[in-house]
Amino acid sequence: MGSLATVDVIGGRYSGGLVRWLATLYRRSDAVRGYTLLSPTVLVMLAAMAAPMALLAVYSFWTQDGYVVDKTFTLARYAEVFSRDSYRELFYRSLYISSLVTVVTVLLAYPMAYFVAFHVSDRTKFVWLILLTIPFWTSYLLRVFAWKIILGYNGVINSGLMALGIIHEPLEFLLYNTTAVVVTLAHAWAAFAILPIYVSLEKIDRSLLEAAADLGDGPIRRFLRITLPLSLPGVIGAAVLIFVPTTGDYVTPTLVGGSDGVMIANVIEVQFAKIGNWPMGAALAMASMAAVGLVTLLSVQAVRLAVSRTR
Amino acid sequence: MRRRGPKRNLGLVFYAVLYLAFLYLPVLFLPLFSFNDSAFIAFPLVGFTTKWYGQMLADSAMHTALWNSLKVGAAVALASTALGLLAAKALTRYRLPGGAAVLGFTSLPLFIPDIVLGISLLILLNTVGMQLSLISVMLGHILICAPFAITVLMSRFDGFDKSLEEASLDLGENAWTTFWRVTFPLVLPGIISSLLLTFIVSFDEFLIAYFLAGTEATLPIYIWGQLRFPYKLPVVLALGAVILVVSCVLVVLAEWMRGLGQGGKRMVGA
Amino acid sequence: MDDAYIRIENITKRFGAVKAVDRADFGIRRGEFFSLLGPSGCGKTTLLRMIAGFEYPSEGEIYIDGAAVTDLPPNKRPSNMVFQSYAIFPHLNVADNIGYGLRRSGLSKAERNARVEEALAMIRLPDMGNRRADQLSGGQRQRVALARALVNRPKVLLLDEPLGALDKRLREAMQIELRQIQKNVGITFVFVTHDQEEALSMSDRIAVMSNGQVLQIADPRTLYDRPNCREVADFIGTMNFFEGKVIGTGGDITEIDAGIAGRLSAKNVAVELTAPGNDVLVAVRPEKIVLKTAGAAGLVGKISTSAYLGERSHLQILVPGLKDPVSVAAQTTHEHAGADVSLSWPAEAAIVLPRH
Repeated sequence: MGSLATVDVIGGRYSGGLVRWLATLYRRSDAVRGYTLLSPTVLVMLAAMAAPMALLAVYSFWTQDGYVVDKTFTLARYAEVFSRDSYRELFYRSLYISSLVTVVTVLLAYPMAYFVAFHVSDRTKFVWLILLTIPFWTSYLLRVFAWKIILGYNGVINSGLMALGIIHEPLEFLLYNTTAVVVTLAHAWAAFAILPIYVSLEKIDRSLLEAAADLGDGPIRRFLRITLPLSLPGVIGAAVLIFVPTTGDYVTPTLVGGSDGVMIANVIEVQFAKIGNWPMGAALAMASMAAVGLVTLLSVQAVRLAVSRTR
Repeated sequence: MRRRGPKRNLGLVFYAVLYLAFLYLPVLFLPLFSFNDSAFIAFPLVGFTTKWYGQMLADSAMHTALWNSLKVGAAVALASTALGLLAAKALTRYRLPGGAAVLGFTSLPLFIPDIVLGISLLILLNTVGMQLSLISVMLGHILICAPFAITVLMSRFDGFDKSLEEASLDLGENAWTTFWRVTFPLVLPGIISSLLLTFIVSFDEFLIAYFLAGTEATLPIYIWGQLRFPYKLPVVLALGAVILVVSCVLVVLAEWMRGLGQGGKRMVGA
Repeated sequence: MDDAYIRIENITKRFGAVKAVDRADFGIRRGEFFSLLGPSGCGKTTLLRMIAGFEYPSEGEIYIDGAAVTDLPPNKRPSNMVFQSYAIFPHLNVADNIGYGLRRSGLSKAERNARVEEALAMIRLPDMGNRRADQLSGGQRQRVALARALVNRPKVLLLDEPLGALDKRLREAMQIELRQIQKNVGITFVFVTHDQEEALSMSDRIAVMSNGQVLQIADPRTLYDRPNCREVADFIGTMNFFEGKVIGTGGDITEIDAGIAGRLSAKNVAVELTAPGNDVLVAVRPEKIVLKTAGAAGLVGKISTSAYLGERSHLQILVPGLKDPVSVAAQTTHEHAGADVSLSWPAEAAIVLPRH
């Protein structure tokens, strides 16, 4: 029997069977044991992420008419994505909204992170950080809903201002437009921005700042020449962390965007729910990921370049 | 290096307080109006009432959805924490060629929009012929919760001396008993933290559940369904208020656990 | 095969392209205090870990008491290890730490407790059983780690730089104590250190390692007086080196032309080095050099620095034409820096080593 044959390959020590050889390999090699331990997790992610995304890509090259899926390879879906005005506008608007949200959120978060990193005693830091992360973990749906009731025609702001006599007619521009989407998203993602920026600020060696002061730099110059550049990885990390997922957001545009604030995710959802044109939805998804990826890459490069120029 | 006391900068303190207010105020309107005796969510406040909570407690559809979310959340918490445990141990205790790449791979779900994850899983399940149900929701949630579990548990593993496990082996225990006698007790706070955090993520998650649920709704799906009925809004507020309070408690517990035994200096965050 | 209790047979360990241990082949005797000595990165810890079972050799076999252990996992080997970080279990108290390995021994609870008490007494911490691990000082943890390993009565005790984290006084006290314990218990100790004074003072034999290779194995005296190569000579204590060419051998005296350093004599030089024209190194310990006022026969130079150490002083002598100053450890005289002196030494003091 083959399995009982001497496996003389590894110096004659492992005579007696393939199974025994495998067992010895398992015991000898750190890498083999480590990867065995890692395998369930990796397999699950392959099955739940890699395979589905591959299928998504495949679907984007097909055609669907009613219930029939035509599996011939075609780029027609992508042609539609790029040629239709409404889709192009959709992409621009989504990227615009996300960019705005990213910039606003990061700008607002930076001073907050700076405060906790530099102006809070070590013991209270923990408390501040918990206070700042709690919103991060609470239901996103509920947070968007909160803004819906705040910005509504008969909502909190309007009724409050009217009750105080500041306005006599409800403000119409608060809800169901791009601004509402930006405000809601900025609020929802605020906590995401704080942590990466905080971590990189916290890591800055305080003695660098002391040395700079010793060499004659005032507080503003110290900030611009040392703190800001060294915190840049955190800032970029926060920006990417916010930009990428917000372009694909569904809940906020649906609840507070109205027809003015429609984003890519809404259209994708429609393709999968109502219309049943999965290939189209897939193509839109793939195209949006590519667009987001490209914009992210270019922006990160641009920021890095800009900062290195100011040295 | 001697750290001098924190500088006082009133402007920044003011900003920080404002920022916190900005973070919390919108959310605090939910509980506020949930006690308001009016079907309209508007100022001025009419009067105190608990009737919305009463209605919420009586809503049986809500109970079913809540029960579904609890089932899914518990299963997802256990599964993703287990996966996270294996991965964290493998990545921190073994020399793995390409380990950094694998870690990057497992963090990918954080960088792909939920909607893309949702629809691609939908396509997969459709292709394999699997029915949509709470099981499919669990699968989607495990995918997005695993990275959290891995991060929390990796930092826990990193924080304790690798020689402890070697010492246990040297003294006669095998890998399995070493895990129970040494690793598990020391990693336990991280495990609890991971269970709590992944539970919350799954419990609150809407979009992926929306795409992958069959006939049984999770709580966020149920809430979504109620949002188009204006007269139901106060009840939704009541439900929302309860969910918020419970989430807060769980998060504080989870972060407290995470910091346990790390010398107190361990900060929240990466 | 000799009386080796632990046999390291042709062991090589590769990490990728790097050889951490290169063809180590030697035996350790039963009941010996054996040290692996060398600078960081020389492979001594890797070799120790292979004996313990935490690393698997790329080639070769390891035997303990006649049995091959190479394929055995650490928990099945008759060895126990004291880790560099001590690895005291933080969630257990001292008694539970020490008794950790006894759970599997089949002893009754009473017997286990007795052994733990005995161990606590041996490390002189008799009432500390209930203390929690984080309440111990560095020195106490070190002793608990030792007790925890010894309580299992292993055939071999492996120690990975256990004294490195202690301050000087504690370290010296522990060196004496460890040696005492080893003698009392009679277990074979394999001790890893980078501190040559430590190794010299504690060991029966020492294996000097560098870059994965075992350079020389001998008792401390032999290593000090008769190192077999430049690296060993340089690593153990201080050494002066003079480059030269062999002129010829008559009887047991070999003459060497050492250029500026003059014509040097050495006694009982190894035959393979004595071929005329051979490039050699003549090595002389600082304390063997005799210092005389200038004018006496010998190497002439100027004292460049002198470090006063009480009865002895360490002097650096600059000899014109020699690249490195000559180190001399001499009785303190009235000679001071700048004085001219002449250096000489007896032929027996010269150690001849291969140039490369």
